[in-house]
Amino acid sequence: MSSPSIEAVNLSKRYGSFSALSNLNLKIEGSKCVGFLGPNGAGKTTTLKLFTDMIRASEGKALINGISVHENKKKALASVGSLIESPEIYPSLTPREALSMVAEIRGMPRSERKKKIEEVVAEVRMEEWLDKKVGKFSKGMKQRINISAALLSEPEILLLDEPSTGLDPRGMSEVREIVKSLKHKNRLIFMSSHLLNEVSDICDEVAMIDHGKLLVYDKLNNVVSRFSGDGGEIIIDVGLSRDIDDQTVTKNISSLTGVVSAERLETKSLRIKFSGNLENQERLLSDLVALKIGLVSFHPSSSALEDTYLNLIKATL
Amino acid sequence: MSKPSLKAGPTVLPNLPGSIAQVGVMTKYELLTYFRSRRFFILLIIGLIISSILTAVVAYYGVSSFASNALGFYSFWWGNSVTLVVILSGIFFGGDAISGEFQNKTGYFLVGNPLRRSSIYVGKWIAALTASLIILAVYAAIAVGNGVYYFGASIPYQFGESLVFSVLYLIAVLGFTFFFSSLFKSSSMSILVTAILFLFAFSLIQLIVSSLAQIEPWFIITYGAGIIGNVLTDPYPTTQSVRGGFSGREATTLYAVSIPEGIAILVGYFVVTAIIGLLLFERKEFT
Ligand SMILES: Nc1ncnc2c1ncn2[C@@H]1O[C@H](COP(=O)(O)OP(=O)(O)O)[C@@H](O)[C@H]1O
Ligand SMILES: [Mg+2]
Repeated sequence: MSSPSIEAVNLSKRYGSFSALSNLNLKIEGSKCVGFLGPNGAGKTTTLKLFTDMIRASEGKALINGISVHENKKKALASVGSLIESPEIYPSLTPREALSMVAEIRGMPRSERKKKIEEVVAEVRMEEWLDKKVGKFSKGMKQRINISAALLSEPEILLLDEPSTGLDPRGMSEVREIVKSLKHKNRLIFMSSHLLNEVSDICDEVAMIDHGKLLVYDKLNNVVSRFSGDGGEIIIDVGLSRDIDDQTVTKNISSLTGVVSAERLETKSLRIKFSGNLENQERLLSDLVALKIGLVSFHPSSSALEDTYLNLIKATL
Repeated sequence: MSKPSLKAGPTVLPNLPGSIAQVGVMTKYELLTYFRSRRFFILLIIGLIISSILTAVVAYYGVSSFASNALGFYSFWWGNSVTLVVILSGIFFGGDAISGEFQNKTGYFLVGNPLRRSSIYVGKWIAALTASLIILAVYAAIAVGNGVYYFGASIPYQFGESLVFSVLYLIAVLGFTFFFSSLFKSSSMSILVTAILFLFAFSLIQLIVSSLAQIEPWFIITYGAGIIGNVLTDPYPTTQSVRGGFSGREATTLYAVSIPEGIAILVGYFVVTAIIGLLLFERKEFT
């Protein structure tokens, strides 16, 4: 069986004269998690709605596994789970009933339904609420049920539109863990977010969008090294178990490959400005270990990605 | 459709049910929400209140004040009031059937799933029809109960016809209200507009067109529904010219819808509004 794919071909959406999405060309294939990153109003939800036929394209096509979503929605979405714009669930139904409806629509065999529903509801930690009416649920609780609905049929493709909105910090991190755990189950996950750290935490690849235009689509670390200024300088904070003297810093560490500059913050910590890709980082780490300076922590800050993101967004203004 | 694959795990294409089966699922869960909703019971209570008032009035004044035979009794009871029950069902169950999915954002829970929009529309429509038929059945049962009590167990066959026409009218009204509800994105707006149309506007237009303009109002749904009452009248009313007006010399035509005409109007309304309503919903954007 071929690997799952989603593809946008010259995909555009206009509202009147306003272009919410212009000429998106993007092909994502295989089991991976792709973050769809962009500020509010960038066109993320618009794109995902085009992929679920909730809105019609002004031009172009949205294809899932090569099938046009608009022309053959049922077949195209057969193995897609989606969560777009925090839907409401019929308030008089319980999560068990609402999820049964989804299960029946998707043709899940009766024998599996009960077990699967209980499983996904447990996954979003809503077991206690399984048989209570949705009408009284908070926004975050409903969002959890929406997430479980997207996961219910074990779809090979997941389209998630800012899945952690409306959740408290604990809920947000639980959702991230759920998405991460899905990565091990051979899924194609396309997840929009305006939160940089969310994407960099969960995803393997990132597609950045702003003002309806795709800015870049690549592996996370390639994006950093390709776009961050001056060959991609990043800051790495290093923690030590014992004091270090200035001389070691200026002589030994500053001369390591890729190190632009190094300074001592306190007696037991260093800040290194570094330029290079992930492999260079790996090498730096082993070089530092080899120096036997008592290395206990090594934190490349994500500020490089953040700079890239901000630079790219600024460039489209 | 998707072929079953031998491969295990999530990469197996799911065996989606056919569209008709999906319509059935939609109907089932829509009915479940109806039976848990206040709306269904309010309408049931309204039906019971109308029935109780009629029962009390007939018991108090005596049945002979209203009808001399069984047919006259059903004409008085059923022929005069059932259209209101049908219209209220249409407004209650159809008025915001589609617009509510947008306004309450419940539609977003469904549309991302692999099912046709038309399956949602049709499934909800069948549920609305089923719920309305339950109300109508209760209403008919009370009418028949009174009829049997006063005039014995032989129910005139015309009542059967009238019952069938009422169901046809219900189908047409629900077709129409569903169509209207897919024009709007606000629940209250679509309920309000359908209520005004069916409770006042159609009858008013019918009156103006037929008595002032002297044109047969064949294009008005409520005119077609006239067969529900007409069939209970013996002899069946016909279109006739009467001398009238201030001078008494002008001829005025009183229009009476015939059975084939009435059926054609109701079926026509249903077919046209069902098609437009479906197309509208297919094209509507969940923005
Ligand atoms: N129905 C609509 N009518 C007009 N403009 C819209 C509509 N829906 C979205 N937009 C505009 O399209 C742009 C992209 O919106 P959206 O895709 O929702 O952004 P986001 O990336 O935050 O999800 C925004 O500027 C928004 O105002
Ligand atoms: Mg959005």
